[in-house]
Amino acid sequence: MTSRVNEILLRSLTPSVLGILVRRGADFAAAEDAVQDALVEAVRVWPDDPPRDPKGWLVTVAWRKWLDATRAAAARRRREDLVDEEPAPGPAPTVDDTLQLYFLCAHPSLTPSSAVALTLRAVGGLTTRQIAQAYLVPEATMAQRISRAKRTVFGVRFDQPGDVATVLRVLYLVFNEGYSGDVDLAVEAIRLTRQLAAAIDHPEVAGLLALMLLHHARRAARTAPDGSLVPLAEQDRGRWDTESIAEGVEILQAALARDRLGEFQAQAAIAALHADAPTAEETDWVQIVEWYDELARLTDSPVVRLNRAVAVGEADGPRAGLAALAALDDALPRHAAVAAYLHERDGDLATAARLYAEAARKAPNLAERDHLTCQAARLNARRRR
Amino acid sequence: MAKYLLLKHYRGAPAAVNDVPMDQWTPEEISAHVQYMQDFAAQLEETGEFVDGQALSPEGTFVRYDGEGRPPVTDGPFAETKDLIAGWMVIDVDSHERALELAGELSAAPGAGGKPIHEWVEVRPFLAAPPTISE
Repeated sequence: MTSRVNEILLRSLTPSVLGILVRRGADFAAAEDAVQDALVEAVRVWPDDPPRDPKGWLVTVAWRKWLDATRAAAARRRREDLVDEEPAPGPAPTVDDTLQLYFLCAHPSLTPSSAVALTLRAVGGLTTRQIAQAYLVPEATMAQRISRAKRTVFGVRFDQPGDVATVLRVLYLVFNEGYSGDVDLAVEAIRLTRQLAAAIDHPEVAGLLALMLLHHARRAARTAPDGSLVPLAEQDRGRWDTESIAEGVEILQAALARDRLGEFQAQAAIAALHADAPTAEETDWVQIVEWYDELARLTDSPVVRLNRAVAVGEADGPRAGLAALAALDDALPRHAAVAAYLHERDGDLATAARLYAEAARKAPNLAERDHLTCQAARLNARRRR
Repeated sequence: MAKYLLLKHYRGAPAAVNDVPMDQWTPEEISAHVQYMQDFAAQLEETGEFVDGQALSPEGTFVRYDGEGRPPVTDGPFAETKDLIAGWMVIDVDSHERALELAGELSAAPGAGGKPIHEWVEVRPFLAAPPTISE
């Protein structure tokens, strides 16, 4: 009997092993390939022959892979004696290596999709095939995306400070726009954000981690057995993951106490208020509106103002919500869906049914479209009775 | 990170600017067109934006269920069908603007006289997975 390799443990070693190779003088792109090769070998070898020091094993194997590849490349260029000596180990790796890796993979010169792919591979230790499957594109396409991303950051120095905000945007994308494939991208995003939070003390990193945990806590309740969406108000709150909520709230409270508010903390605060309500009716919508006001101040995002209109509708009644909505561009995504909901609450079923149908036509995903179509159908059936 | 379908029509799209049927082109013009399409796909593969590309036969069959225990009814092809799909490319891009830009490039494929066809290409977004964070 061979035991399976603990894949999460293995992948969690990726950034520090990669950091060590880069510190020893390997260039990032080649070092990253070498670490991937070492991970593949670990999956093959470890079940029968588990190493005493997994990280040391990975460093040794990755370094050898890098040397082999570099020698092969050098040979191709007829410069066979380029690399021979095993270098000095270099300074001990620190959490800074991990942090630098996040900065590099989310470098502002990368497009969002390239930054996501590079982060999942170089920081997350996922294979190109896993990332391709997760985003439903051919493996060759994802391989190209990753190698182009590496070329883009080729000249970037590993030790220059980066911007935490760009890293957070990439992790948010991984969490929020994940398909549900073999690789659970939401879980992966939480793991990577947790790892980032361990490497840097920053209230917005904590805010994003809290936000993810609070939303992830609702996952089981978000979809019905047939795969359809269950709106927040109708979710079985007994199915929310209380452990995840407690952790998210605790992280958020510690972050908020530092009085350096940012958009992720504000979003997490809204999620925490929902999590705190034993029933939908007991939701503290007045406080939620206040948090949306903070968010609007921080981001000036039209989506925030749209969500704020929903909250105003709950706090002050549907008429107030519709008044808040009237100030917004009706071309905004989900504008019709919000208008439909508020009109229904206001008792105007004909308008609501028409708007639900319109919202369904404009829905950006299948689950929402089906949900909105059902809402329109429900109201139309009621009006016929 | 959004997928789009770039749809080419045999019929049903507005008329192209350089609207000469392919069987009226010279063989060299046809080769140049085919080469352009291959280069376009190769370029998308290189940029990491390619998902799929297929061409369809113009002749198809309509099929429908005809009740329990009976074979399905078939009909067609219908020469008069208004909309006829010729083929598609599926791309995975960072923005809607990028999808439009690529569709424009696809529409510039050379036709008669070696000049761009200016064919109308339909751009349709895929319905994606629902976002995790919705409020």
